[in-house]
Amino acid sequence: MTKKNITFAGIIFEGGTADEYKTGGWRKLRPILDKDKCTNCLICWVMCPDSAVIVEDGKMVGFNLEHCKGCGICAMECPDKVKAITMEEEEK
Amino acid sequence: MATVTGTKKVVGLTGNSAIAYAMKQVDPDVCAAYPITPSTAIMEEFSGYYADGQVSTELIAVESEHSAMSACIGAAAAGARVMTATSSQGLALMWEMLYVASGLRLPIVMAVVNRALSSPINIHCDHSDSMGARDSGWIQLYSENVQEAYDNLFQAVRIAEDRRVLTPVMVCMDGFITSHAIENLTIMDDAEIKEFIGEHESAYSLLDTENPITVGAMTLPDAYMDIKHQQSKAMAASKDVVVEVAGEFEQRFGRSYGLMEAYMLEDAEVCVVVLSSAAGTTKVAVDELRSQGKKVGLLKPRLYRPFPHEEIMEALRGCKAICVLDRADSMNGFGGPLFTDIRAALYDTPQRPVVINRIFGLGGRDYTVEDAMEVYHELLRIKETGKVETLSAYLGED
Ligand code: SF4
Ligand code: SF4
Repeated sequence: MTKKNITFAGIIFEGGTADEYKTGGWRKLRPILDKDKCTNCLICWVMCPDSAVIVEDGKMVGFNLEHCKGCGICAMECPDKVKAITMEEEEK
Repeated sequence: MATVTGTKKVVGLTGNSAIAYAMKQVDPDVCAAYPITPSTAIMEEFSGYYADGQVSTELIAVESEHSAMSACIGAAAAGARVMTATSSQGLALMWEMLYVASGLRLPIVMAVVNRALSSPINIHCDHSDSMGARDSGWIQLYSENVQEAYDNLFQAVRIAEDRRVLTPVMVCMDGFITSHAIENLTIMDDAEIKEFIGEHESAYSLLDTENPITVGAMTLPDAYMDIKHQQSKAMAASKDVVVEVAGEFEQRFGRSYGLMEAYMLEDAEVCVVVLSSAAGTTKVAVDELRSQGKKVGLLKPRLYRPFPHEEIMEALRGCKAICVLDRADSMNGFGGPLFTDIRAALYDTPQRPVVINRIFGLGGRDYTVEDAMEVYHELLRIKETGKVETLSAYLGED
């Protein structure tokens, strides 16, 4: 929203606008997927609070790093027997 | 549940019953509320109308007042006409959501039955609940009696939903004194009410999936202040809408309302300023002193937020000594909220009158005609001597 275009009560007259707000820069830890271990149970996709787990054709394929904030929930929730996600320090 | 019967539309109702009946007549789309003394009977009786199929309202029973206001906000953002009621701790628990409702410019109407805040715990009347919310961006109307509370509720709907305003409104009345006392009042037909309030047409709806919107998005320094400025301007402009709506109300129903009521103020040398039911008690003292030839008057603000400072200054400019009676203490070591506002409004008068403050009636403490007389006598002494002994004090206490 630019200053010249202030809407009534700040309402944005379209939906899904969070997609345009890039939060990936907040990340300190980066999720790394080991595709060989992954069973595509999609628990990580369900649990990610930022909808940053990318699923294609029912398969977990990676992370949307423009929105992933690095919270580590996916790594925590990935079943103990699998543990296909590890969190690594972002490079400075 | 009160059964409303009567001749010539004059009925005897408690304040709570009158508000519940008014809500039935408005038949809002959504009501979400949580019971709390002394406003409980409002939703209790409204639930009766709901159970008997006399309203088409969606009634949402919630687990707290925070949730009640949250549900009201969601429903109003969906374009519904929304009403609720609360008191005291209930209003306090809504705090966070009060600001969300006003900031999102949602025209919610809420009956506030004034009651003291804890601690110490007390269920009786004072204004510490709604006075704390005076800067929450809600319009506040204060009612002296059952008739005014009933009439104010319909006007509140019109004010809140006016496109120039779109701001929530609190209709305040005194707990127990007004909410539980039966008074005669004149009621209107449902059809007359429907015609007066009209249909609520929201400019947008969260449920309109064809036209999706985002409400309450994160707003940063480049826009937040502009949105607050919009709100501030709408709040200031709502004053004229309050007058306009009161004018139309009088035309239709004959009872006159404005920003305030001036009682015997025209030639008054000393004046008391007080809100709500205490104004009725004070009028008795005014009549008695007038019969003794004393030039005393009363100002009862009706609209407290926004604060009609120019009109109040105009109404009080002829007075030499004024006492503002506050039914709440700001705990600021200076005086009550009404006092600081009135005193500030009078700063620009050429002959600034003396303005003193007395805190009264906290936690339901009686306020009698004798109390009012004592205040007027002190004002008359100040007028004679020009000397103020105590600027701010608790009435009847050292
Ligand atoms: S680290 Fe957090 S934000 Fe990033 S993909 Fe995992 S759950 Fe989502
Ligand atoms: S939770 Fe683990 S196993 Fe399941 S889809 Fe995600 S990464 Fe794969």
